[in-house]
Amino acid sequence: MFSKPKKTVMNLNKMVAISENGFVFDAETGDSYSLNPAGLNIIEMIKKHTPVEDIKNQILKEYEVTPETLDKSLDDFIWSLKGFNIVEKEED
Amino acid sequence: MKRKKTDITVAATGLNNVDNPGPGIPVIRGIKDSKEFNPRIIGLAYENLEPGIYMKELVDKSYHIPYPTAGSDVLIKRLEYIHGEEKINVLIPNFDAELYTFMKASGKLGEMGIKTFLPTLEQFEERHKANLNEFGKKYSLYVPYSKTVVSEREIKNFAEEYKYPIYVKGKFYDAYSAYDYDEAREAMNKIAAKWGFPVILQQYISGNEVNVVALGDGKGNMVGAVAMRKLYITDKGKAWAGVTLADRKLIELTEKVIGETSWRGGMELEIIKDKDGKYYLLEINPRLPAWVYLAVGAGQNLPEALVKLALGLNVEHYDKYEVGKIFIRYSYDMITDINEFEKLSLYAEL
Repeated sequence: MFSKPKKTVMNLNKMVAISENGFVFDAETGDSYSLNPAGLNIIEMIKKHTPVEDIKNQILKEYEVTPETLDKSLDDFIWSLKGFNIVEKEED
Repeated sequence: MKRKKTDITVAATGLNNVDNPGPGIPVIRGIKDSKEFNPRIIGLAYENLEPGIYMKELVDKSYHIPYPTAGSDVLIKRLEYIHGEEKINVLIPNFDAELYTFMKASGKLGEMGIKTFLPTLEQFEERHKANLNEFGKKYSLYVPYSKTVVSEREIKNFAEEYKYPIYVKGKFYDAYSAYDYDEAREAMNKIAAKWGFPVILQQYISGNEVNVVALGDGKGNMVGAVAMRKLYITDKGKAWAGVTLADRKLIELTEKVIGETSWRGGMELEIIKDKDGKYYLLEINPRLPAWVYLAVGAGQNLPEALVKLALGLNVEHYDKYEVGKIFIRYSYDMITDINEFEKLSLYAEL
């Protein structure tokens, strides 16, 4: 029997508040950031516990971007989110 | 039906609302915001050009008082005169350098009917920057290693052990970071020229600086506490803007310090949170800080609570505040007349 492949899900740091305009405020550290509309779109999906693979598919549907470019950009973006402690951890 | 406000006369120092501001004006604003008191505010000033003296909407009358170096007897004599004119109910000193004199004078002031709510001499002494190592040990707190020194020669030994950068601090005021021997020596000379020796050398802890304003009731209970991170810092290292934080551990740490020291009065904790999430206590300032009005804006009127504690009234204990409240300082040119300055210069009151 084959088990279903596990999907990576990101969790937003509970102390982070995100406004509908893409302003991010980390209430624990006082740091704040601005997201562009694509970044906000991705964060909204992370907030809904959308697996990373599904986020990629959704972005490919909505934006004019090649899968290769998206892979790199999304990896960079998620790396930054982790670095800034906006994303807390991943679950497989 | 609305309850009538109680008339009260409060005297406060620290009217130097300049680029390195004293806490007097923010403390006064908190008291003026009180829903229970109708305060008359008496400003106590050391210099003719302390801006608060001329802020008539906040300060009803101002008097010169002698510098702390004149001693508590001279201070008491002056306050006797002012009290005769104004019938002061509560006095709030707001400068570190004057606190000792006011603490010494507090008994006599109490006999005169002027209430204060200050740390005890023991609390005041043990939290001195020079005693930080012992303070950390006694209360199981992380503190950067600090050494009190009286000569430049000691810089090299210290830096060999703790490596640059290091902090060079005055006993009461001023702090500079130094990245090499020359910078450390220059900072030490600057501080010593202004405040004298000893000077304190302190290990540098890398991380985010956070601050807490808090109030202790002197029985081990925390009346309130608000955490803040500076968003904009002046070249003097002072906060020009800051935001309230939701950092439960920081508030718990403050509660522990207040609980274990039975802290009496206002305080400001300066803390570094390092990358591993450890909190290092850098300093305890034994009074409300100049950014205390942020706490008022976030829902904790700590200056009002301080007045109540001084009067022996029941105090509401604050257990929450609004996170994400920001303060931004600004400079403002007041226009006054030379006659005002003249009155203050000639009669020591305005």
